[in-house]
Amino acid sequence: MTDGPAIDPPLGLLAELTHRCPLSCPYCSNPANLDRRSSELDTGTWMRVFAEAAALGVMQVHLSGGEPTARHDIVEITAHCRDVGLYTNLITSGINVAGAKLDALADAGLDHVQISFQGDISDRADHVSGMQGSHARKLELAAQVTGLGLPLTVNAVIHRGNADRVREMVQFAVDLGARRIEIAHVQYYGWALRNRDALMPTADQVRSSTAAVEQARADFEGQIVIDAVVPDYYARRPKPCVGGWGKRSLNVTPSGKVLPCHAAETIPHLTFPNVRDQSLSDIWHDSDAFNAYRGTDWMAEPCRSCDRRAIDFGGCRCQALAMTGDAAATDPACQLSPFHARMVELAETAVAEVQASPLDTRYDYRRFL
Amino acid sequence: MIVDDTIPVLPRGVRLREDQARGGFTLMAPERVLKLDPIANEVLKRVDGTATVAAIVDDLARAFAADRAQIDQDVKSMLQGLADKRLLDLVAND
Repeated sequence: MTDGPAIDPPLGLLAELTHRCPLSCPYCSNPANLDRRSSELDTGTWMRVFAEAAALGVMQVHLSGGEPTARHDIVEITAHCRDVGLYTNLITSGINVAGAKLDALADAGLDHVQISFQGDISDRADHVSGMQGSHARKLELAAQVTGLGLPLTVNAVIHRGNADRVREMVQFAVDLGARRIEIAHVQYYGWALRNRDALMPTADQVRSSTAAVEQARADFEGQIVIDAVVPDYYARRPKPCVGGWGKRSLNVTPSGKVLPCHAAETIPHLTFPNVRDQSLSDIWHDSDAFNAYRGTDWMAEPCRSCDRRAIDFGGCRCQALAMTGDAAATDPACQLSPFHARMVELAETAVAEVQASPLDTRYDYRRFL
Repeated sequence: MIVDDTIPVLPRGVRLREDQARGGFTLMAPERVLKLDPIANEVLKRVDGTATVAAIVDDLARAFAADRAQIDQDVKSMLQGLADKRLLDLVAND
C-alpha cells in the first residue's frame, strides 16, 4: 500500500505450532478443520518466520497450538525466538511438559508460561478437558513453573459449567503462585460454536461472574492481575477483536497460513497467504486479506459514522459473518446491530432447556492427537 | 510498602528492551508491552536488583540536577504502580 495511512508494525505473533493436543476441550480455539501433522511447517521455516517477525517489529511471540510442546523442536524454537529478541510466551495444556522439558525450555530463555485450567475442581476440570488426570498434571507443572521463578498465568475459560466459580478460580490461581489470570468467557467460533448450547452461561451467571471479577480485583490487588474477556452474547458493545484487524497482531497456523486472527479462515472469500510463499512483511503490509478490514474505510453503517469506530473497529469480522452472512457488517454483539436481538435470543434459547449439572453436561469433544 | 531501603527487582519474565521498530524502550512482561517514557526508562535502567530506592533516587537527583524530594515521590509512586501490576518485586532490605 503506497497511499493511505502508514501501517503500524505488529506487536504480537501467535504461532500455532501444531494442532495436535492431548486434551479435547469443547471450546478449543482451533478451527474445526485441523491441520495434519504432515502439513506442519518444518523447524527451519519456523525459524525464518520468527526472525522475520522480529525484524518486522513483533515484540512478543506466543508459542501455542494445539499443544506446542508436542513439537519435538520446541526447545530449539524457543531458544531461537529468544536469540532474535522476542519475548517468548508458552501457552500450554500442561500435559507432558513437567520435568526435564520445562527445565530445558527455561534454560532456552522462555519468559512466561500460561497453563490452561478447565476449573478449580479436578473431576469437573477433567470432564471438560476430556482427559482423566489432566488437572493433577497441570498442578504439577504449575508448581515447577513457579519454583523456577518463571511468571505463571492461569488461563481459565468460563462457561455455564464453571461461571459460578470465578472467585474460587482466582483464589486457586493465587494459591498456585500465579501472577496473572485470564478469566475469559468462551468465544463462540469453531468448536465452541458446535458446543454453544452446552457452554452458554445464563444471564444471571454473566452478571454474577462479572461482579466476582470486580470484587476479586479489589481483594487481590497487588497479588494477581486479572484480565477478563467479557461474553459477547450479553454485551452492549463489541470487543475490538484482536485490537483491530491487521493492527496489532498476526497468527501463523501449523501449515503456515498467516491470519489476522485465529478464526479468520471462516471467512471464505478471503485468501490467506502462506509463509512458505511470501515474507511476513509482504503479507502484513500488502496482502488483500490483511487490508480487507484494516482501519475504518471498509465500514458500512452504523459503524461508519459511529464515534466508537476507531475504538472497537466494529467488533469481530468472523462473528459478523457467522450471524449476519456479511463479514463487513457490524458485529451483532453491538446493540446498534440489527442482528443484536437475534444474538440475545440465541443465548436465551441455549440456556432455556439444558440444566445438566457440570459433570453431566455432554460435549462434542475435539479429538486430535 | 516502599521505603528508602527497599530494593526493587525486575522478576524473571519482566525485562527492558529497546524497540528498534518504533523507537524508545519498552518493559516486556506477561501479555504486556509497556512503552516507557524517558523518565520511566531512566528509573528502570537503575533497577539492577541490588540498588535501593534511596540509591536510585540519589543517582537520578545527581544525574538530572533535580529536586530530590520530588524525584523521591515520583519514583516511589511509579515503582509501587509497577508492583501492584506484578511487574516488579519489592524486596525488604534487612
